[in-house]
Amino acid sequence: METTFLGRKRKRLEAAHADIGGHSAGGSHDEHHDHESLKTFGFWIFLITDCILFGTLFATYIVLRGNTNGGPTAEELFQMPGVIASTFILLTSSFTSGLAVLSMNRGNVKGLIGWLAVTALLGASFITLEITEFVHMVQAENATIGTSAFLSAFYTLVGTHGLHVSLGLVWMVALMIQLARHGITAVTKRKVNVISLYWHFLDVVWIFVFTIVYMMGVM
Amino acid sequence: MFEKIKEFASEFFVTGDPLIYGADVGIALTLISIVVVLTYFKRWGWLWREWLTSVDHKKIGIMYIIASLLMLFRGGVDALLMRTQLAMPDMQFLEPEHYNQIFTTHGVIMILFMAMPLMFGLFNIVIPLQIGARDVAYPFLNSLSFWLFFWGAMLFNMSFVIGGSPNAGWLAYPPLSELSHSPGVGQDFYIWGIQISGIGSLMTGINFIVTILKMRAPGMKLMKMPMFTWSTLSSCITIIFAFPILTVTLALLFLDRYLGAHFFTLDGGGNPMMYINLIWMWGHPEVYIVVLPAFGIFSEIVSTFSRKKLFGYKSMVFALMSISFFSFFTWAHHFFTMGSGANVNAFFAITTMIIAIPTGVKVFNWLFTMFRGRISYKSPMLWTMGFIPCFVVGGMTGVLLSVAPADFQFHNSYFLIAHFHQVLIGGVAFGYFAGLYYWWPKMFGFKLNEKLGKWAFWLWNIGFYVCFMPQYFLGLDGMTRRVSSYGWDMGWGPLNLVSTIGGFLMGIGFLFQVWQIAHSIKFMERDTTGDPWNGRTLEWSIPSPAPVYNFATLPQATEQDAWWEEKQRREQGQKPAAQPPLEPIHMPRNSGIPFIKSFCWFVAGFGFVFDWLWIAIPGLAGVAICMLIRSFTYNTDYYIPVDEIKRTEAALRGSV
Repeated sequence: METTFLGRKRKRLEAAHADIGGHSAGGSHDEHHDHESLKTFGFWIFLITDCILFGTLFATYIVLRGNTNGGPTAEELFQMPGVIASTFILLTSSFTSGLAVLSMNRGNVKGLIGWLAVTALLGASFITLEITEFVHMVQAENATIGTSAFLSAFYTLVGTHGLHVSLGLVWMVALMIQLARHGITAVTKRKVNVISLYWHFLDVVWIFVFTIVYMMGVM
Repeated sequence: MFEKIKEFASEFFVTGDPLIYGADVGIALTLISIVVVLTYFKRWGWLWREWLTSVDHKKIGIMYIIASLLMLFRGGVDALLMRTQLAMPDMQFLEPEHYNQIFTTHGVIMILFMAMPLMFGLFNIVIPLQIGARDVAYPFLNSLSFWLFFWGAMLFNMSFVIGGSPNAGWLAYPPLSELSHSPGVGQDFYIWGIQISGIGSLMTGINFIVTILKMRAPGMKLMKMPMFTWSTLSSCITIIFAFPILTVTLALLFLDRYLGAHFFTLDGGGNPMMYINLIWMWGHPEVYIVVLPAFGIFSEIVSTFSRKKLFGYKSMVFALMSISFFSFFTWAHHFFTMGSGANVNAFFAITTMIIAIPTGVKVFNWLFTMFRGRISYKSPMLWTMGFIPCFVVGGMTGVLLSVAPADFQFHNSYFLIAHFHQVLIGGVAFGYFAGLYYWWPKMFGFKLNEKLGKWAFWLWNIGFYVCFMPQYFLGLDGMTRRVSSYGWDMGWGPLNLVSTIGGFLMGIGFLFQVWQIAHSIKFMERDTTGDPWNGRTLEWSIPSPAPVYNFATLPQATEQDAWWEEKQRREQGQKPAAQPPLEPIHMPRNSGIPFIKSFCWFVAGFGFVFDWLWIAIPGLAGVAICMLIRSFTYNTDYYIPVDEIKRTEAALRGSV
């Protein structure tokens, strides 16, 4: 499992060396396995960079959130019921992506594709809610990205998260097609593991968005 | 209709300056001659198959180096234009507006499109060979990184002839860089050129971290790694923490300019100082990103040319890592004058002084490595010897600048200009030149001519001091950076003239290097040993240039300086360990996607620069399509059969 991966990094590192050392002896199966674990490791590092990216956006938001320029404030704008609903939808989708990985580990392609589809649907409804929220803010409240520094930072932070989720959706659909074509192989397995990592990561980021932007906004 | 086209063209192309018309002609002639030569010699297919689509780290490295040397030429011409304008009081050589553009592009090009790619080029060429690997961890991604850099650099450089260059300084501080103060497209070229190549840099950082952590030869523990590998690791770790900040900062500036957001504007609640904080949170680590690998290069060279093991290996590793850590806590020393109060300034002053300590440790390590060594003064070693005093003085003036109260006087003066050029030329440029001379035979199979190299070295070294020492005094005399002219009454004339002479000496040094390369290609003997410097690390154990798979059988590296120890054992009459039998080698396939995808980014960036969505959207769609095609491609690798390895090895080793 990927969660134990970091903890046992040292051990894995040595194992990976032994693998590379015995590249030829190990034959093509091990080699593939080795390449795939290399890619998963790289994805962890990519997630570090994405953490910094969101960290910078959060810092920007925190600095600017009081600068409402006479426009609407967080308290006036945020409608918590919708936000809480979308939070639960995203949390659930993280759970279903976990179920997808469990199906994969049992070798059940249908279950895997099915749970991925459920995850993608939940993700899509999350995005729909977000877009509805944004449209409402812009049209009903006249709160655009150019209204104030607070809103610039708000739309950028929440929108960047939404953009990540949307890209994840496209990626997930592409992956479902590949799974239908190739079944569960070393390559597709790694791809599912990586996208589920990505999905959990976006979930964690959303928890921070929910807390720092919405909860602290209406407090 | 014709009038409309004419009006459009006069805005679209940069007009009115004879220098630029000259450059237009030069660019057009170069492009035409490239096309003609490629067509005449029927080399288009070769170019595409062997280079543009290559995922071989050695070829990517060479492409990085060629691109960076071209950028060095452009950045250098910018520098000489500026020095000419400043040579005497009240010079009428460049318009102030043109001067602003030139100091902006000079800074951006030298740091982001010269130092960075030259560094990545050396990473690419050296790291896999040095750790005994067959390629980097992600060869496809590596190629993508290069092409993103390349097209990003092209987009940035295009502003020279189309639309107009950026002119708000190399870090584009708002509000000057905002739409309100820079309504032209120059700043948009700046944002997109750097953004596109920055994504490439970030991916290179990830790529080399994984390569170094996971692909070392069996037996090579972390604490047995060559020092250049260590410095690359510390530089790449700094990259992955610093570059996302740059990505965000430029994106926010773009949103300000494009969608009218208020991050850094003066109105709407924006905060320009936040940009300056953010950009230096990337910018300060960035200077360490480029200088750390130079430290690694010097360590390799000092050890090789003194015939001694590196002194203080562990302290060197510790110094590299602590520099990369502390580099994130010094950013505010770039603007002590912001007015953040005594406590904040004290914190950043102290961290800045602390970071000088590990740097000092390194200097002593190099000196002690040389102590009682049998030093041979070949080109790489000369540059290293030139570097040490230069960097020590540059470092000392850095400590002077870190004293916050004194910095209120030095701030943005020529004292600062002299300081950072001393560490960036004396440290980074000298370091990468040293590395280039050192690994040149590994790349191409012949050394560079020593005699011409000595001329180049002395011209650069003397030129450097002549150019920059006067600038410390000009700074103390009150000359501020970015002034395009000054009056006779200021008394800055003589020192500026000396400084300009020094600048041109360095320019002549560069010409000698070009001559040296051309001369050596024609006349230098082939190096058949693969180990022309009597090297110590694994890259010298294989033929030069290395075959596509690098190592026919993966080497064992159980000790520091593995190849040196192996040679010692052979000298004592021990037989080399029996090689395991050859096996088919697993290699990545070439791919055109990185080139095409990066080109699509270029198109998208160009569209955004001019606010032409009909270009930007197809560009972005192209990027998405390339990503999906890659995702659906499963046939990405192949095996080199044993027979072919045998033939290649026989051909390479047969000539030994």
